[in-house]
Amino acid sequence: MKLAALGFAAALAVPAQAQDAAKEIQRYRQMVAEGSPAELFELEGEALWKKPQGPKNASLERCDLGEGPGVLKAAYAHLPRYFKDADRVMDLETRLLHCMTTLQARTREEATKRVFGSADRPSEFESLSAYIAGQSRGAKIEPGMAHAKEKASYELGRALYLQRVGAWDFSCASCHGDEGKRIRMQELPVLQKPEAARAVMASWPAYRVSTSQFITLQWRMNDCYRQMRTPEPTFGSETTVALIHFLTVTARGETYHGPGNKR
Amino acid sequence: MAAGPMKMRAILGSGYTDVRVLMNHPMETGQRKDAEGKLVPMHFIQNLTVKVNGKTVVDAQVSQAVSRNPVFSFRLKGGAKGDKIEVAWHDNHGESNSTEAAVA
Repeated sequence: MKLAALGFAAALAVPAQAQDAAKEIQRYRQMVAEGSPAELFELEGEALWKKPQGPKNASLERCDLGEGPGVLKAAYAHLPRYFKDADRVMDLETRLLHCMTTLQARTREEATKRVFGSADRPSEFESLSAYIAGQSRGAKIEPGMAHAKEKASYELGRALYLQRVGAWDFSCASCHGDEGKRIRMQELPVLQKPEAARAVMASWPAYRVSTSQFITLQWRMNDCYRQMRTPEPTFGSETTVALIHFLTVTARGETYHGPGNKR
Repeated sequence: MAAGPMKMRAILGSGYTDVRVLMNHPMETGQRKDAEGKLVPMHFIQNLTVKVNGKTVVDAQVSQAVSRNPVFSFRLKGGAKGDKIEVAWHDNHGESNSTEAAVA
């Protein structure tokens, strides 16, 4: 009888502990957000945006992110979208690469040599993403969904999200498809649900405390596929853009408040 | 590494001023090893000073225990709009950086 009572008490204690842990993680996140180094990356990105580079010795200041050449306000919140000059749907990083190869006349090979940086040396895309995303704070997330290619990109992203691939037969939904799943202490949001996608998409790109790096959505797609043990996706490919497009459309209507913080 | 950007905010409360400053620094502890297994030498902010209108109000010693890209915040007694706040750091390699802002 005594044993049974103990067992019952132990069974009750577990969820309480998990709840405490979740609360503590919440508190930790709040403390981290109060002094986010993401702002330092925004400053670096601004300098990079204005820095003349490449064979044409041009800056990116005339880059059209969809709101007109050089217009940054709310530009990130309206991406990914269809661009007529490139005849495809592009997310922020893909569009930046397009501007580097056109405005600055850099080769794709040279510009993508180092798309993901390190703690000691962030990549151009990371700093630029921080700066440009920061100019969308307070704007409503409203990615393109009118053009036929935008709709096709969304549908492709949704299909890819559910498509099981690779040696481990994983899809995005294998981890992000059921409520209440965790990877170690990290809760895994069910990203096909708007209520979960909104909070996530409103805070990417973000500063990651554990690695002292600024991380972008292209990095997130790349790293998820690495964890799924697939071949490495190409930076700015139709696949990665479609997934980002699908997630952003799922989150539409939310007010953008990034660049955020990750554990 | 050349000194990266710094960012500061100084906000006036009732009877106090909250100063928050973000700085870019690797803050190497000297315990970490690089990819080749060699120790990464210590590189950290040693000294931090805060001045209000030219008068030193905080003179802090900082150690390796502080994280990379640190944020420091202080609550100073008093203060008025427009007071000039200067924050400067010096590290163990002799590098330094500083920034200043007016209380808002």
